[in-house]
Amino acid sequence: MSGGRRALPYLLLFPGLLWLVVFFVIPLVYMGELSLRTGSLTEGFFFNWQFSNYSDVLSDYSQQFLRSFIYAGVATLLALLIAYPLSYAISFRGGKYRNLLLFLVVAPFFTTYLIRTIAWQTILTDQSPLVEFLASIGLTSNGRILDTPASVIAGLTYNFLPFMILPLYTSIDTLDRRLIEAAKDLYASSKTAFLKVTLPLTAPGIVAGTLLTFIPASGDYVNAYFLGGRNQAMIGNVIQSNYLVTSNYPAAAALAFILMLIILLLVVIYIRFAGSEALMGDEASTT
Amino acid sequence: MAAKTEKPGGSSNSVHLRAVTKKFDEFVAVDDLSLEIPGGNFFTLLGPSGCGKTTTLRMIAGFEQPTTGEVLIEGSNVAGLPAHQRPTNTVFQSYALFPHLTVLENVEFGLKRSGVKKDESRSRATEELERVGLASESSKKPAQLSGGQQQRVALARALVNRPKVLLLDEPLGALDLKLRKGLQIELKRIQQEVGITFVYVTHDQEEALTMSDQIAVMNVGRVEQVADPETVYDRPATSFVAGFIGVSNLMPAQVVKAGDGGEVKLEAGPAVVGSVEGLAPGDSCHAIVRPEKLLINDRASGIGDGLPSVDGVVESSLYLGTATQILVRLPGEVPMTVLVPNVNERERDALPEAGAEVKLAWDPENMHVVRDTTIVK
Repeated sequence: MSGGRRALPYLLLFPGLLWLVVFFVIPLVYMGELSLRTGSLTEGFFFNWQFSNYSDVLSDYSQQFLRSFIYAGVATLLALLIAYPLSYAISFRGGKYRNLLLFLVVAPFFTTYLIRTIAWQTILTDQSPLVEFLASIGLTSNGRILDTPASVIAGLTYNFLPFMILPLYTSIDTLDRRLIEAAKDLYASSKTAFLKVTLPLTAPGIVAGTLLTFIPASGDYVNAYFLGGRNQAMIGNVIQSNYLVTSNYPAAAALAFILMLIILLLVVIYIRFAGSEALMGDEASTT
Repeated sequence: MAAKTEKPGGSSNSVHLRAVTKKFDEFVAVDDLSLEIPGGNFFTLLGPSGCGKTTTLRMIAGFEQPTTGEVLIEGSNVAGLPAHQRPTNTVFQSYALFPHLTVLENVEFGLKRSGVKKDESRSRATEELERVGLASESSKKPAQLSGGQQQRVALARALVNRPKVLLLDEPLGALDLKLRKGLQIELKRIQQEVGITFVYVTHDQEEALTMSDQIAVMNVGRVEQVADPETVYDRPATSFVAGFIGVSNLMPAQVVKAGDGGEVKLEAGPAVVGSVEGLAPGDSCHAIVRPEKLLINDRASGIGDGLPSVDGVVESSLYLGTATQILVRLPGEVPMTVLVPNVNERERDALPEAGAEVKLAWDPENMHVVRDTTIVK
């Protein structure tokens, strides 16, 4: 029956739509509603279109917002600079060890994120041999690594590096090597061939990797919590303490909404400028 | 930056390979190969896959360096020069067009790298696209074009640089037969128009015979014969060439006497006379007689007496319209094809049927003796 056939796509969509509604749309609406309430934990929170929640948290925590995006941005850049040469080397020179090398990239994931970060806390603690060594060659401020922006950024970079490596590796590995040969045949030096052919054609991997790193990194609070101090608090830490410490639910919800909107805005701007061609694969941008 | 080798050579050879050997670990891909490719020539490297023809091309392009031996382009040794510093351009079998660039940008790629000014590179690229009939597609991306169009873009992208040598690696291999035929003619026209030396790699003997000025037939890393298409077809130098080019009727034999009035002993029959060149007594060889040059008769008829001949049994007979094709098997399971023109019905009715014991005879002039080399197809 053609009627059944026409219904099939909707049937196939149904589980996914249901999932989205139950676990995304409903919580989102609930959180939006919560962010416009006012009151306290003891008296209860009442809905009264309290838009000032937004302006209040924005002015109170603008510093943490800014810090989050700077830390996440630097970590993303560092991850890209580490991951691109690594993925390139695994793909081009890995030979029969490629899968082993990729496994090593993913291997830390067998330990939970929290434990890995706490392990770094131990490694970077003031008494650790590593820190003492770095202090002895003058690479630390006041002999400390922990509780500095550097340790938080390093933690973010480390924790999200695989999210950068995997999409990058995929796009580098699927690059047609004959295109590089063709570029060299057309008088391009190795450097020019890389800049004019390899880099643009692996841009989808760069865009995917940077998004997959930047988005979770800007909302992260674990790294700042374990590796940073009071002055390294990121917006994730603020949201967490509003929810769990001071129980100011409307403020926490408003902060979460603002974070989401800013990330969305940044991603849209980023894709428009850097990634439109890479993601859509058409002539949306000129060279 | 045009880092091309500018040095007029004394010889008129465009490409000269001197005793080139290429090994990949223990595997010898190209074995002591020497070739002289005249300037302005449409030169084809023909052979089965794995014969080393593509490796040879890649050594001229600079993608591979020979293990031993020399590559000279217009008289200057290009040893150690990477691909981007050689005055050659390649048309790849896979096209290898840059998917992120437009057709025009693809064609301009080499010009820009050689420092040609923007206006000039644009007009030259457009002109080249006109030559291949694709000027109207210049702002499209390669993926929006058909396979045949993509191959034309690849050709324009290489030709626009006016290389000293254009290298073509089975450029029509991925196209269907009809398109291939059309592009063969077009390629030949373009080659004559621009006068650049083309070195063309293919495994398709028909393509090679149609387009080439010269053909080098290759087998297991070596050249078996270098000659113009007519010679390769009519007078193959070895049994490999004969087999690869599609010649039938190879009769295994051994040289008895070399020279113009030579003699070979057929495995399937008597010793027969004919011209035996480039071989010594005792060499194993093949005697070839073309299907249309064989006379087929009853053994008792007496026709063809005095001519070299061999006995066989008719296996089948096939009416082809203008001719009848008769398959005859010689002792030792040697298959022979005889083509008898259908001159009139009476003669056709008189032809031997399957199972008939016949004698195949030929004029000694029409027998061609070739060295025995492995037939790999």
